[in-house]
Amino acid sequence: MAPTYELKDLRKVFDDGSVAVDGISLTIEPGEHVAFIGPSGAGKTTLFRILNLTLRPTAGTMRLGGVDVSGLGESELQKARRRIGTIYQQGNLVGRLRVVHNVLAGNLGRWSTTKALVSLISPQGVDVARRALGRVGISEKLYARTDELSGGQQQRVAIARVLVQDPDIILADEPVSSVDPSLAASIVALLRDLSAESRKTLLLNLHSVDLALASFPRIVGIQEGRILFDLSPEKVTPEMLRALYAGDDEAVDIERLNEILSVSGLCRPIRK
Amino acid sequence: MIVTKTSGDHSILASPRRLLFPWLVTGGFVALVVWSGLGIQVDMGALVGGEGRHQMAVYVKKLFPPDLSAPMLREALVGAIETFAISFVGSLLAVLIALPLSVLTTRTILYRGILYAGRRLGSGEKGFRVGVYASAKAVLNVLRTIPEIVWALIFVFLVGLGPFPGTLALGVHTGGVLGKLFGEVLEDVDPRPLETLRATGASRLQILFYGILPQALPQWTSYALYRWEVNIRAAAVLGFVGAGGLGQRIYISLSLFLEHQLLTLIIAVYIMVTLVDGLSAWLRRRLV
Amino acid sequence: MRSSRSAGFADRFGSKSAFPYLFGFFFVISFILSLRLAQVDPRLLVEPAALANLGRFVRGMFPPELSPSFLQVVGPAILETIQISVMGTVVACLLAIPLGLLATSSLTWSGILHERAGRFYQGLWFGPYALSRALLSLFRSIPELVWALLFVRAVGLGPFAGVLALGISYGGMLGKVYSEILEGANPRPLEALHSGGAGRLGIVLYGLLPQALPSLLSYTLYRWECAIRASALLGFVGAGGLGLQIELSMRMFQFNEILTLLGALFLLVAGVDFVSGRIRASLVR
Repeated sequence: MAPTYELKDLRKVFDDGSVAVDGISLTIEPGEHVAFIGPSGAGKTTLFRILNLTLRPTAGTMRLGGVDVSGLGESELQKARRRIGTIYQQGNLVGRLRVVHNVLAGNLGRWSTTKALVSLISPQGVDVARRALGRVGISEKLYARTDELSGGQQQRVAIARVLVQDPDIILADEPVSSVDPSLAASIVALLRDLSAESRKTLLLNLHSVDLALASFPRIVGIQEGRILFDLSPEKVTPEMLRALYAGDDEAVDIERLNEILSVSGLCRPIRK
Repeated sequence: MIVTKTSGDHSILASPRRLLFPWLVTGGFVALVVWSGLGIQVDMGALVGGEGRHQMAVYVKKLFPPDLSAPMLREALVGAIETFAISFVGSLLAVLIALPLSVLTTRTILYRGILYAGRRLGSGEKGFRVGVYASAKAVLNVLRTIPEIVWALIFVFLVGLGPFPGTLALGVHTGGVLGKLFGEVLEDVDPRPLETLRATGASRLQILFYGILPQALPQWTSYALYRWEVNIRAAAVLGFVGAGGLGQRIYISLSLFLEHQLLTLIIAVYIMVTLVDGLSAWLRRRLV
Repeated sequence: MRSSRSAGFADRFGSKSAFPYLFGFFFVISFILSLRLAQVDPRLLVEPAALANLGRFVRGMFPPELSPSFLQVVGPAILETIQISVMGTVVACLLAIPLGLLATSSLTWSGILHERAGRFYQGLWFGPYALSRALLSLFRSIPELVWALLFVRAVGLGPFAGVLALGISYGGMLGKVYSEILEGANPRPLEALHSGGAGRLGIVLYGLLPQALPSLLSYTLYRWECAIRASALLGFVGAGGLGLQIELSMRMFQFNEILTLLGALFLLVAGVDFVSGRIRASLVR
């Protein structure tokens, strides 16, 4: 079976000359769960936007399920996007709409315009929405106004929407960075369970290194638009992490690193 | 930003009353539209169907091509400049009228609010000020409810034909409109700097000039410039009743059935309006 | 002492810019020229003839004409004015919705929705975008009264011409503001819907409209308030409503009738402003 993603020498240069992605080559097999870590501004978000077909790379090739995407026309791209579900850090639901509409919006790739319009007045397929909300634990909020929910709850609504969309690939760009840290682990676990159940490919962008190391079988470190390492978590050494976050304002310092590593039980603490 | 509301648990459906109001209003509007449509016998069918379209096509053909001869162009240019002058002076006059009236209709300047905390006005003086407030408000209402064109008629009646009555009409009417808008800005002024000024012993007049007016000025300028865009359009048409500018010339062309000239003048109006719109937007960006 | 909110002119330009001086210069020149061109002569206001006319006018207004025969004319005129304003606004909306959507760059060719689209595709949509912007500009830059004149010549006297005139010119204004409101919407929900494979219309229905609807409705209601005032005046060129009556009364120097008509106009405008204001306030939920 063809790999889900096959990236070769991907580059993205923006109009102002900044190079966000600088030669990334990567292969991701179906059903894999991969976590991307790295300092802010490293290009992870840009990479994800190329992966979910909303941004066009400046150079390099990307094959999605074996098909080269650069040759695809607009309607084929739209069909391809239906197979990729994206969860963002924040602000991607419309606050004034009721939760049920935001969740059912996952169907928009499938529905005709008439059906979409009718559903705004009389929601079509409410059970699907209710079940999806049940999977994420907030089925009672079905008819609430979305801006009345907490940050964590809104992220769950976004996940429910992706469930309704039922894609083959789930991309999550820092899904828990704006959420209470105590909830972060449960949301990441939820994403992993849901993807494992239906054998979806899951790609996560994580700001929190400990969460990534603790939860994912494959870690990709991105720095300045390039892949620094692509390993399973037990092979990730503190030196690698230090190199990855070197120069980052929120860089991990030694004390914190020791904390992370001992909590995740992965390796011995480093000496100063 | 994740949007949150700190309300209670409105998880299930909204209360019945909140649901009813939008439907009532929508129903009311639908009824209003249907009644209006029947009343005017709007025959959209006739419009887009043969008869109406034919009539309009015939008339449009009469308009083209525009009369671009030298005398006509000069006439249009003179008219355009006159219209510009009417709108310009009229808008300035409006601001002149609006300034005192807006102050007099701001209760927080006249008799309550932060300027008066800590000193009580005698009932006689307060009554006087309330009276001033009420009269100023009444004047504003009269000024702005009577449409420019009616004012133009009145002033033409008073001082005769020409651009001057047009300027007066614009100034007076827009003065009322701006007076109300300026007053709203004054009422919404941030009271904290005023507190500070008062604490240093500034008199009420000083607070007005150092605290209130500087805050109001940007929004006032914005309103005045925006209103200028409205005024250039009004200035163009006031001429119908003899108040000068392009409007007067349009009226003449119409009466004499000189359609080609009419088109030239309309094009001149379009150019003038677009120019002023652009100027106004540019000034708003630079000044506000 | 100065509030930090009030960046005055001086703050904005600093000491080096020449702009304030240039601006001041042009302003004064324009003002003086305009005074001449507009033939401003305040003395005319206080000339004996003017004052005599003023006296005639004011004395003639009272008492207002309230005879039943006249009121029977005023009543239908009021109703007709309302009808013109409503239908005119409806026509304006019908025009403004498609044109406004097309005139929104973030929907047609720029922004996140079109990042991946090829240049050809973008170019394809730029045409309709530019065309609709041009049309909207044309519609709203020609005053309603001029449109009314044209329509009266084209389709005859009466309220229908007024409806069309209002529809076109207000359609232009509504369309432009609609596109500005839509372009100012938060693009993130749109990006989210787009990335899930939703089509343009789906993105508009589930992402743009829910955000923009209150502002769109509010401005449309505000336009209706303006439409009431405008409808009253379209009568001056034969398009029906109160304006027609005001013009007739003015021609016949029946000032007491004018007072009644102006009073009716005042009540009408106040009524519409009130209703519209209440609805707009409830939109700000």
